[in-house]
Amino acid sequence: MTTSDVPAKVAGSQVAGEVVAPAVPPSASNEEEAPRDVKPKNNRAWWLVLPVVVSVAFTAVIPLMTVVNFSVQDVFTPTDRIFVGLDWFRSVTRDPEVRAAFLRTLMFSAQVLIIEIPLGVLLAVCMPRRGAWVSVALVVVALPLLIPWNVVGTIWQIFARGDIGLGGWVVNNVLGINFNYTLDSTDAWITVLAMDVWHWTPLVALLAYAGLRSIPEPYFQAAQIDGASAWATFRHVQLPRLRGVLTIAILLRFMDSFMIYTEPFVVTGGGPGNATSFLSILLSKIAVGQFDLGPAGAFSLLYFLIVQIACYVFFTVLTRSGR
Amino acid sequence: MRRLPWARTVFWLYVATLMLPLLWMFGMSIRPNDEILGSFSLLPQNVTLENYVTFFTDSAWYSSYLNSIVYTSLNTVFSLIVALPAAYAFSRFRFAGDKHLFFWLLTNRMAPPAVFLLPFFQIYQSVGLFDTHLGVAIAHMLFNVPLAVWILEGFMSGIPREIDETAAIDGYSLPRFFFKIFLPMIRSAIGVTAFFCFMFSWVELLIARTITSVNAKPIAATMTRTVSAAGIDWGLLAAAGVLTIIPGAIVIWFVRNYIAKGFALGRV
Repeated sequence: MTTSDVPAKVAGSQVAGEVVAPAVPPSASNEEEAPRDVKPKNNRAWWLVLPVVVSVAFTAVIPLMTVVNFSVQDVFTPTDRIFVGLDWFRSVTRDPEVRAAFLRTLMFSAQVLIIEIPLGVLLAVCMPRRGAWVSVALVVVALPLLIPWNVVGTIWQIFARGDIGLGGWVVNNVLGINFNYTLDSTDAWITVLAMDVWHWTPLVALLAYAGLRSIPEPYFQAAQIDGASAWATFRHVQLPRLRGVLTIAILLRFMDSFMIYTEPFVVTGGGPGNATSFLSILLSKIAVGQFDLGPAGAFSLLYFLIVQIACYVFFTVLTRSGR
Repeated sequence: MRRLPWARTVFWLYVATLMLPLLWMFGMSIRPNDEILGSFSLLPQNVTLENYVTFFTDSAWYSSYLNSIVYTSLNTVFSLIVALPAAYAFSRFRFAGDKHLFFWLLTNRMAPPAVFLLPFFQIYQSVGLFDTHLGVAIAHMLFNVPLAVWILEGFMSGIPREIDETAAIDGYSLPRFFFKIFLPMIRSAIGVTAFFCFMFSWVELLIARTITSVNAKPIAATMTRTVSAAGIDWGLLAAAGVLTIIPGAIVIWFVRNYIAKGFALGRV
């Protein structure tokens, strides 16, 4: 980060005389195009930020220090501990179970993105754009996002079961495919993936929809005059304008799918075997299931580091112009 | 713009697929258990409210529901109080380390809760916050304070700074301006932020479950431990599921235009 960029600014902000295009279409109208000068520098603003710093220090910094502490020591009892350096990091990175969980989580995130992003865009294009149905459509599409994550798990735990769930019953008895997510690892994976698509595609759709609505009408009129087909309009008018929101959608979906815990925990508990044992599930098993402080600490730090990197990308994209 | 001819069909098809699992759970919740396990049927044969009655008469269920409401409300209030001045500072001033701080907040929102399990378990026990509503409310500030700061900053940056300057010229002190003029101006933003804080605290399971045992046990934890000697009580579980969706379903109408903005941390 250079010192010249202004954090996450709205449309029309000017940095060093150069107009920075907004990273995302602003939701507010553009009537205020007047050049906005750079914010005043005032270090007393720290007093306003202090409560946040204190609260986050208690909820994040101190715990993280504890994790660092665990990760470099072998703790036998609270008073009896020896310094082991990076041994835990070495053993964790070589642990086949951790490696498998890491690859599994990456694979899951990749599949989630490949399915949810195009589906979300398609849905956004199909959503009603004006009239009384707009509000209804927004509410209905957003519904899965507001369901507690464990209830999402419960919903699919019931729905995908062959004996009492509609989904599982249809697959087993109408399609004639033997489907049982508690016994078969492929079925479990499909169930968790379907659940995530059901749960989070609406987020992509709502973001894309917000992006589409911010495209000025003349763009479409021009496309129409040029005789552009629906596909050409989408490809050359709508899609380029969606870049900003889709970047946010991709990063959010990557981040959240990479730390998924509750939903697969409820549906499969990480099984059958290790089939749906993602990083968070494995980590919480090592941490509060087995109380292996050293490995759990090292694991936590590595996990945190990966998220930090992804987060840095996210932040850079959001605060830079992005195009 | 013109719409594709099949757009409406695709959309309503999607809505149908979306509603199906939800309606199915609702259907489960109004059936007696012997019917659920006895034979498969699309529509309930004997509609009953007994699962809901059980929920509201069994203290293990309704008290954990209340626990969740108490700590999410506490958390929402705390997060807002802490985040409002900070968001104002971020949106109005430059100060030493502001960008680093802003980024650092984001990393806390994005951090996997599993990373913090181990220390939370020990720290909250040692300071006497284990299994208290206050403890969970404070623990959830880990991700809700950054969330609130980011969302509020997004909204506040949309308000021109000229207003602050005019107020200053008119002789308003900063606190007086903030409470008398600025807060009323952004009350919808505060509402949206409160909604998102409430929701993310309401849906979180891992941390809440780890640092509670009995007195502050969240509804989500109760729901994941419904296996009795007779197997899972599906009807009761479904009823609990329906009831936990209700708080979100009630407020969703009021925030419908801000859902994308809230999830995108105020950046859309």
